[in-house]
Amino acid sequence: MTQQDLLTSVASLSGITHRYPGGETLRFADLNVSAGQHTLILGNSGSGKTTLLHILSGLLKPQAGSVQIDGQELYQLSSRRLDAYRGQRIGLIFQEAHLVKSLTVRENLQIAQGFAGTRVDNSRIQEVLTLLELDHKAHSYPSKLSRGQIQRAAIARAVVNHPAILVADEPTASLDDRNTERVLDLLFAQATQHGATLIIATHDKRVKTHFAHTYQVGGAA
Amino acid sequence: MNILQIAWKNIRQNPATSILGILLTAFGTGILCVLLLTSHQIEEQLDNNSRGIDLVVGAKGSPIQLILSSIYHMDNPTGNISLAEAQKLAANPMVKLAVPLSLGDNYRGHRIVGTDSTFLQLYGLEFDGGRLWQTDFEAVIGAEVARKHGLKIGDTIYGAHGLSSEGHTHDEHPYTITGILKPGHQVVDRLIISNLASIWRMHGDHTNDEPHDHAAEQGHEHDVEGVEEHEHHHGEHHDHDHAENHEPAGTDGHQSPAAEHPALVKSMMGDIGSGEREITSMLIQYRNPAAIGMFPRLVNQHSSMQAASPALESARLFSLLGIGIDSLQVLAYVIMFMAALSVFISLYNALKSRKYDLAVMRTLGASQGKLFGIVIAEGILLTFVGAIAGIVVGHTALYIIGASTDGTTTFVEAFALLPQEAGLIAIGVAIGFVAAVIPAAKAYRTSISHTLAGN
Repeated sequence: MTQQDLLTSVASLSGITHRYPGGETLRFADLNVSAGQHTLILGNSGSGKTTLLHILSGLLKPQAGSVQIDGQELYQLSSRRLDAYRGQRIGLIFQEAHLVKSLTVRENLQIAQGFAGTRVDNSRIQEVLTLLELDHKAHSYPSKLSRGQIQRAAIARAVVNHPAILVADEPTASLDDRNTERVLDLLFAQATQHGATLIIATHDKRVKTHFAHTYQVGGAA
Repeated sequence: MNILQIAWKNIRQNPATSILGILLTAFGTGILCVLLLTSHQIEEQLDNNSRGIDLVVGAKGSPIQLILSSIYHMDNPTGNISLAEAQKLAANPMVKLAVPLSLGDNYRGHRIVGTDSTFLQLYGLEFDGGRLWQTDFEAVIGAEVARKHGLKIGDTIYGAHGLSSEGHTHDEHPYTITGILKPGHQVVDRLIISNLASIWRMHGDHTNDEPHDHAAEQGHEHDVEGVEEHEHHHGEHHDHDHAENHEPAGTDGHQSPAAEHPALVKSMMGDIGSGEREITSMLIQYRNPAAIGMFPRLVNQHSSMQAASPALESARLFSLLGIGIDSLQVLAYVIMFMAALSVFISLYNALKSRKYDLAVMRTLGASQGKLFGIVIAEGILLTFVGAIAGIVVGHTALYIIGASTDGTTTFVEAFALLPQEAGLIAIGVAIGFVAAVIPAAKAYRTSISHTLAGN
């Protein structure tokens, strides 16, 4: 890998192996994602997509191999600094959008800024919420939101810190075609808007057409 | 949002279980607070109010009762003793100061104490305004009495028979207030002080003031003292009368005519100083510590009276109270333990439903230490709020108790804060911490990857 590659690469995996507690070992193919190169991670259920996303996001330390996000070797950081780095550079969106129940939408975004170690910036929060048409719900608790609003709030929370990569795990799995389309549009728009590179793991074939760059987990790998 | 705010938000999310923890902590702390305040203040009061009083001499009976009635003005007196016999004791060279007390009346629950000016000397009392009584039915009142009933110098009050506020009112003889004492003495602040003769006259003949023997009585307290002095001068010579001579106010003026007219004094002595004259008890201050061993024995063995030592009896009283305090303390600690258990269970249970919340916080950049801190903060917040509430409850309870047991028996100041109360809050915080440690450790160890993957 040349110096040039390192600068433009926002996420790279090389030589990753993971051992499940049961003893099964999984090898992942190397991956290199350049800035702006939205990537789709494909694979059947149980193929290890989620495991790969967790390794990529610094949530799960692989047995061997190197993970670099935005030029930083993730698993060389101390646990504490890794947490903070994840908060700053990696935006995570899960299949079931999850907001902290005891906090309002706005507070959910505030803790995202706080935990990442950045200053709480309410105008940035306002800006993100406005982009996602949630500004009128800023002071609502998650229990008062519709499912779509919760998902948009989760996306807002993921992009509020200007992450380098926006990682989504099966964001469309339980959605119908129309909503799948809407969520993908939203993710692309937000990623572009906030300068993040999108990495989506899915087994949903409907998503495939939107991506030029794909990565196969299991089987074809 | 800092850790405390997040923790507080979480507590509000589960009001039912949170309130249980807070309530239990509040109860435990409240009981401990009441115990702390009462035992501390009672101990302090016992010490303060018996300071300078080495012995109480009174009628035979319970020594504690004698101490309570004569020093703390709480219980009924044990009975009466003969003035003449008491005066004989007072003349003993071991006695530095002897203060006669005559009880039996009250004004709206405040005891009216018949005594002489040595009372002021014994307690080191000073006037806030006015002067000592000069004739019968003049009275000096404590600061609390004046404040509570809005009494001023020159006002008149009617005593009622008995020691509690219900009783036959002595309508015939109002007391005129001639002086108000400076505050600062818990018991005396709530007393009304007059001369002995006023009490005797109140309970002797209720009819006319002026005629025959009553005219002599009207020669009032100073004459009684004059009589005492004369007795002493004629009998053994010792220091007792010097003590008597320290009296302030009108005494001197009255002493000389008394000395000039021994015949008059004699005639009054025949009346007032007779064996029929009785007082309730006598407070005694020793001249030197040597008397501690000898004087009580002298009283108990060679007279029909009993001697009770305030130091010994209040220590005995406090050790009796101590049993009750100890058992209440055990109860309080049991409640505190239950509070800790309740906080532990609620945090531990909440952990299950919050696992996902905590994992999401980790993905947002919260370190393991932060999660540990959040759960600990929740435990501490619950018990901290509980402890604060407990202290408020404790003080309020004391205030209510104090307000409902009106009169001279109010010992406890409800709103005085003790430094030890900070200790109670520290106990509360410690309980919250201990209860939260295991759930917090669990939150710390939670694997985000496993939780998010749903296994």
